[in-house]
Amino acid sequence: MKYVGKGVPKIDSLRIATGHPVYTEDVVPANPLVVKILRSPHAFAKIINIDTSKAAELEGVVCILTHRDVPKTRFTLAGQSYPEPSPYDRYILDEIVRYVGDEVAIIAAVNEKIALRAMELIKVEYEVYEPVLDFETAHEHPSVVHPETDLICNVDIAMQQDKNIVCSHYQEIGNVEQEFAKCAVVVEETYYTQAQAHAMMETYRAVSYLDHTGRLVVTSSTQIPFHIRRQLARALEIPASKIRVIKPRIGGGFGGKQTGAVEVFAALVTLKTGQPAKIVLDRRETFTCTTSRHAMRIKVRLGADEEGYIRALDIEGLSDTGAYGEHAPTVFWVLGEKTLPLYNKTRAVRYHGKVVYTNKMPAGALRGYGATQGTFALESAVNKLAEKLHMDPTELRLKNIIRAGETSLAYHGKILGSSTLHQCIERGKEMIRWQEKYPRQEISPNKVRAVGMAVTMQGSGIAGIDTASAEIRLNDDGNYTLLLGSTDMGTGSDTILAQMAAEVLETSLDRIIVHAADTDISPFDPGSYASSTTYVTGMAVVKAAMDLVAKIIAQGAFLLGVPEEEVTFNGEVLQCGEKTLTLQKLAELTVLGTGKLQLVGHGTFGSDVSPPPFVAGFAEVEVDRETGKVELLDYVAVVDCGTVINPNLARIQVEGGIVQGIGLALYEDVKYDAKGNMLTNSFMQYKIPCRKDIGNIRVAFEESYEPTGPFGAKSIGEVVINTPAPAIAHAVYNAVGVRVTKLPITPEKVFQGLQKK
Amino acid sequence: MQIEATINNQKMTLEVAPDELLSDALRARGFLSIRQGCDTSCCGLCTVWIDGKPTLSCTTLAFRVKGKHITTIEGVRQQAEEFAQVLAAEGAEQCGFCSPGFIMTVLAMKQELKNPTEQEIIHYLTGNLCRCTGYLGQLRAIKKYLGGA
Ligand code: FES
Ligand code: FES
Repeated sequence: MKYVGKGVPKIDSLRIATGHPVYTEDVVPANPLVVKILRSPHAFAKIINIDTSKAAELEGVVCILTHRDVPKTRFTLAGQSYPEPSPYDRYILDEIVRYVGDEVAIIAAVNEKIALRAMELIKVEYEVYEPVLDFETAHEHPSVVHPETDLICNVDIAMQQDKNIVCSHYQEIGNVEQEFAKCAVVVEETYYTQAQAHAMMETYRAVSYLDHTGRLVVTSSTQIPFHIRRQLARALEIPASKIRVIKPRIGGGFGGKQTGAVEVFAALVTLKTGQPAKIVLDRRETFTCTTSRHAMRIKVRLGADEEGYIRALDIEGLSDTGAYGEHAPTVFWVLGEKTLPLYNKTRAVRYHGKVVYTNKMPAGALRGYGATQGTFALESAVNKLAEKLHMDPTELRLKNIIRAGETSLAYHGKILGSSTLHQCIERGKEMIRWQEKYPRQEISPNKVRAVGMAVTMQGSGIAGIDTASAEIRLNDDGNYTLLLGSTDMGTGSDTILAQMAAEVLETSLDRIIVHAADTDISPFDPGSYASSTTYVTGMAVVKAAMDLVAKIIAQGAFLLGVPEEEVTFNGEVLQCGEKTLTLQKLAELTVLGTGKLQLVGHGTFGSDVSPPPFVAGFAEVEVDRETGKVELLDYVAVVDCGTVINPNLARIQVEGGIVQGIGLALYEDVKYDAKGNMLTNSFMQYKIPCRKDIGNIRVAFEESYEPTGPFGAKSIGEVVINTPAPAIAHAVYNAVGVRVTKLPITPEKVFQGLQKK
Repeated sequence: MQIEATINNQKMTLEVAPDELLSDALRARGFLSIRQGCDTSCCGLCTVWIDGKPTLSCTTLAFRVKGKHITTIEGVRQQAEEFAQVLAAEGAEQCGFCSPGFIMTVLAMKQELKNPTEQEIIHYLTGNLCRCTGYLGQLRAIKKYLGGA
């Protein structure tokens, strides 16, 4: 293969790396109004009165909007295919504010200074309510976060509004209690995973204006242009045909930009004033007024027989969605979906629990999407089980994990198409030198080194729901335009998709123009989330390219006056016996003269499976017995993402995901004070890993071939974040015998654990 | 107030407000390579050179560059591209939002440190955050770039 499997540089790498104006804020129309948001200082309150008169008088203030001025249709900011399982529980501005930072008023002025000055002049009277802050008791709290009567659920998620329960879930296959009763060894533990911030470098931003026909154009740093268009149409009560959403380059997303955090505010200002408007959240707003990962409490019970076969698995979750239910049910479901099938010697499995509202910043999509939380809990429990069984944890896994060609109780009767997880574990063991190092080595009286491990799976796209389309056009001079609705957030997906197209078309990468994404022009794509781009959009691209090749051959046969079946095409030349026609000539002839038809290949793909990529992760840590400090020395990740389309880009995806996972494991924690104010509202307080915090990371691939994927590929974006937390926790336990069950693993927790021993 | 400064080797007269930050002043004058990732001088995205030294433009008041030489990545296009090519060959730029500030720091390091060790490189760049790449690919690129130069 010429392009698939090659580590070619990204098609946009030089322009983005060297600072060309390619991001949302760089492509702003002249003199946009600057939009600022007045935000609630209370975690839970009702607005009794807002006086904007003083602010409105200020010169340069163009409009101020409060809950009295906005459409009253409930909607969700979640970026999901319609009908979204996330409840429609928002207005653009509501009378009730539900967390510190919730929007109270929209201010648009000719510049930022005036907008900020106007903000200070707005007087708001609140009736302050008792907030719901502890998610573990939210269901019995007398305050009801969403008392409104017009909240809508598109699908039955078993909401109990009056109990602050967004959704409940119960799935049992087999009889779990019966199987536990038969097990020789049972472990049970409750784990807590914290809220995590996305902390992408480009904060949320959008720009809007009306075009020459009066349609609303919104340029946004978003992962989901088509969902944003639908969201805006609903929230603003205008037809989607009046809206165009454009995505330029994106400065990172990680799922955060799968939630429509800002677009609606700029758009509303433009609709009200007719003028261009831009909104750019600062870092503090990005930390405090957007979304984070869902914090969860996860209770795991595992039962095994004497031989070490895991026979019963029971996971009970409680998830904190904060003030609004974006992605609340789906993140919760994914936790079960991506953990239960992994160990398939089970005879009964159960996943159940609920998601609750609290008066904190909403949670939303974040890389890993519930699987991360579930993996920490399940893998920690498996490591505990291994200890109880006196088995090497790698052996326990090799014995119990699902293999290609097998099914699993919770795999919906489907057969796993591909997996090299067994090889991943073996290879990772060798790389970290498990046999020599497991479980620990004493370095000095205070310092102990130890290793730990975990495995994980994710999915590729959303089975049975998300479908993507792609188009490829043969242009007048024999090059191609690849039209995509997916959104490269920096992962290199535009490049990877072009590589696939080039492979099928047997052309070179520089003859493919990639266009993504613009809802007026791009074919429909739900956007880039759920690890779907390489797999779902990729397959659509392959199909589109094959369609185009067939059309080129048909057209070539017609022009040559020969039967289609006898024509060959090598990317450059069409041939039938002695007769030849170059692609360039064919391209020319398809747009020249009468009765011609420009050739366009179409492809649409949605899958009824979501093939899981797998990772085996191994951590080596050094723990200081005196201080509890954990230093990560080495991390090994061996990945099965099917065929690796671009090894360089895949490797960086793995390294980047692992570093985010290390952040989750050791440093990152979204924290609130007793009144619901977020404490971690800057990079001073919210610690993402820097260069010194990550130790060494080594990545290897054990390729498999996924029969339903493009060239055998599966996804990679999310799965890579899942193993660091459980593997590091395991290593810490192996080092000093302290089992940290509540992330992040801070020195205090390890130290306190040591004191208790 | 009015100040004179040299931006990318061009003498300019700038009208700046007393509280205007250099990052904003530069962006407002079309130097759109300036990115900002924080409000607390933590991320390094806004790094430019002032008299050749890498400096955070988000925490420098614009009037303080009076009479000084400011260099943004637009002023060192060729060098920046040379390094960017190595970075891209490694696949080590993802969203690219951190890259201009990062590259300005790398180029400054190249001038300042002779044969830096891995530890020295990491130390020099500690203030440049990146949320996408996980840093290791950047390190591989720097080592290739320094080794090859
Ligand atoms: S913008 Fe973060 S350091 Fe300047
Ligand atoms: S490449 Fe995205 S922040 Fe560094």
